[in-house]
Amino acid sequence: MAKQKSEASTAVADAAACAPEWTEILRQMIFIRRFEEATEREFRRGKIGGYLHVYSGQEAVCVGILGATKKNDMVFAGYRDHAHALVLGSDPGKVMAELFGKATGVSKGKGGSMHLFDVEHGFYGGYGIVGGHLTLATGAAYAVRYNPSDRIVVCYFGDGAMNIGSFHEAMNMAGLWGKQGMCPILFVIENNGYAMGTAVERHSALTDLAARVNAYSIPSEKVDAQDVFAVRGVADRVISKMRQDGKPYCIEAITYRFSGHGAADILQPYRSKDEVEQHKHRDPILILHNRLSEMCGLKDEDVKRFEDEAAERVAAAVKFAEESPVPEPAELFNDVVAEHGPRPVAEDVHE
Amino acid sequence: MSEMSYRDAIRAAMMEEMDRDANVLIMGEDIGIYEGTFRITAGMLKKYGPKRVIDTPIAEAGMVGTAVGMAMLGLRPIVEMMTVNFAIVAADQILNHAAKIRYFSGGQVDIPIVIRGPHGAGVQLSAQHSQSFESFYAHFPGIKVVAPGSPADAKGLLKTAIRGKDPVMFLESAALYGMKGEVPDDPEYTVPFGQSRLAREGRDATIVSWGRMLQLSLIVAEKLAKDENIELEVVDLRCLRPLDMEPVYASVSKTHRGVVVQEQWKPFGPGAEISASINERMFDELDAPVARVTGEDVPMPYARNLELLATPHEEQVIAAVKRVMYRE
Repeated sequence: MAKQKSEASTAVADAAACAPEWTEILRQMIFIRRFEEATEREFRRGKIGGYLHVYSGQEAVCVGILGATKKNDMVFAGYRDHAHALVLGSDPGKVMAELFGKATGVSKGKGGSMHLFDVEHGFYGGYGIVGGHLTLATGAAYAVRYNPSDRIVVCYFGDGAMNIGSFHEAMNMAGLWGKQGMCPILFVIENNGYAMGTAVERHSALTDLAARVNAYSIPSEKVDAQDVFAVRGVADRVISKMRQDGKPYCIEAITYRFSGHGAADILQPYRSKDEVEQHKHRDPILILHNRLSEMCGLKDEDVKRFEDEAAERVAAAVKFAEESPVPEPAELFNDVVAEHGPRPVAEDVHE
Repeated sequence: MSEMSYRDAIRAAMMEEMDRDANVLIMGEDIGIYEGTFRITAGMLKKYGPKRVIDTPIAEAGMVGTAVGMAMLGLRPIVEMMTVNFAIVAADQILNHAAKIRYFSGGQVDIPIVIRGPHGAGVQLSAQHSQSFESFYAHFPGIKVVAPGSPADAKGLLKTAIRGKDPVMFLESAALYGMKGEVPDDPEYTVPFGQSRLAREGRDATIVSWGRMLQLSLIVAEKLAKDENIELEVVDLRCLRPLDMEPVYASVSKTHRGVVVQEQWKPFGPGAEISASINERMFDELDAPVARVTGEDVPMPYARNLELLATPHEEQVIAAVKRVMYRE
């Protein structure tokens, strides 16, 4: 990976900046990148079907914020959700198996890329309808205060989700419930500049996205989300406050996606190759790598080791997915409802 | 047993369940301080406080979506729709979220949410406030659709809905709120889903109905028994999903004739599903094609005389019964 002058962040003091945790974060970000590259390969090989939205370029948003959460917190995301599951601790093999439509997938092969779900690790879903999950996450935040706890909810969504009705309804209700300390939710705008192929300037009348949530009495701030130090610094500060006061907060994470919107977005007529190349100079992995090299003495062989480990873990995940069985036909009828009436669904079909 | 109105039976069901389980709460537009447009929630804010009786903004997607999130975490929210017509504003939250999360998560969460409110026509609320939605919601797997036709069923079915693990569309007949009937007092009284009920025994033809049309069907049955010596058997479906057709089949086996009475429009409505199911199961036993009495295929008009013409009435049911009995 080419080196480039790193950008110093004031978010974290120097001593803390060299804590072993940051090396681990680099390792994690490299792993996510290699995992996503593998999903693109497997999509081209026909092993992954449907839609596939990869996270390359945005890793610092997920890693930086979820590093500040605790085990019992809850996370909701849109359909670009692989990284969220991985960072929360979902088994990479089970995540890949889900994408392969296998019985061993986190959602038994019934959700796919857009609907990763792993309640055991606090992941309450990837959702496929833009903006729809914001209301769910807001209700979850009410629930964690209904029976008092210091848990919080993190809700990720893209800049494109900010123009649909459910965004506004969720924000207003979060703002209202927050006044009673009943809504500890962190809204994270993953502003990668585009709603699918429509640039922010073309989809939002007010391009200052962080400012829009202030209309609902929710405080917000912007962060350069290619810099994981900066993201983590903001997240640590606001999440500890939210645990105390039970109020919502919003972070506009300014980022960039290196891949197309989805695996089928090959031509990308809405942006130039040059624009993408320019942003690659601000690759979040590169920025962290450079910082750790320059300030903390990280060695190239360490990074080489992380790369090798990532390649191995990804290969193992692909192997697990490939070798896993497809769901049993009877699985078709499971989980439609918890409690059937006098006749299970399957009997309707087979009679 | 106590004599109780359909409205009071619904309130009693909710309050008993809120007393029984601290995780049951209710939310909706003007249900607290205002005590509800139809006064179903009168007294509840005072008794349970604002944490459990939540006045929401006018934001159906927000109401239902937040309730789904609460339900995923173990609460049991009841969402009152000022009228069920407004629930289509939350269609994405109901049909794309509540009805599907269990499935696409591979069964990792329960969604115990009840969406309830006045439904159907009969009180001169015109086009946007008088619709029937049974088939609209019952079309979707992952959701339950309930339409009580009496005060006792309103209470028993609502308690089952609140105690369940799945999303329920609970369709109350606005025109039945004042109807009185005997209702069990036992706080453990519930009516299970998916058990259609024989509401009246007879021999000559089977009427299949639910909700407000059940009452219309029973009135017609008494009239025909008295005036024309025709004994109708009436089956009350109670739930459209899960749909229990066995009592319908048993009755049609006896009478060999069927009439479905529904308030909803005819095209693609519940009557089509019920009629097709009878045909598939027992075509050879039918002595006549299954008849459908339905609302007229127009938006609901305001004028009282036109509204009456647009919704099923006695003469139409009688004509349909005579048609299947070849007595025209």
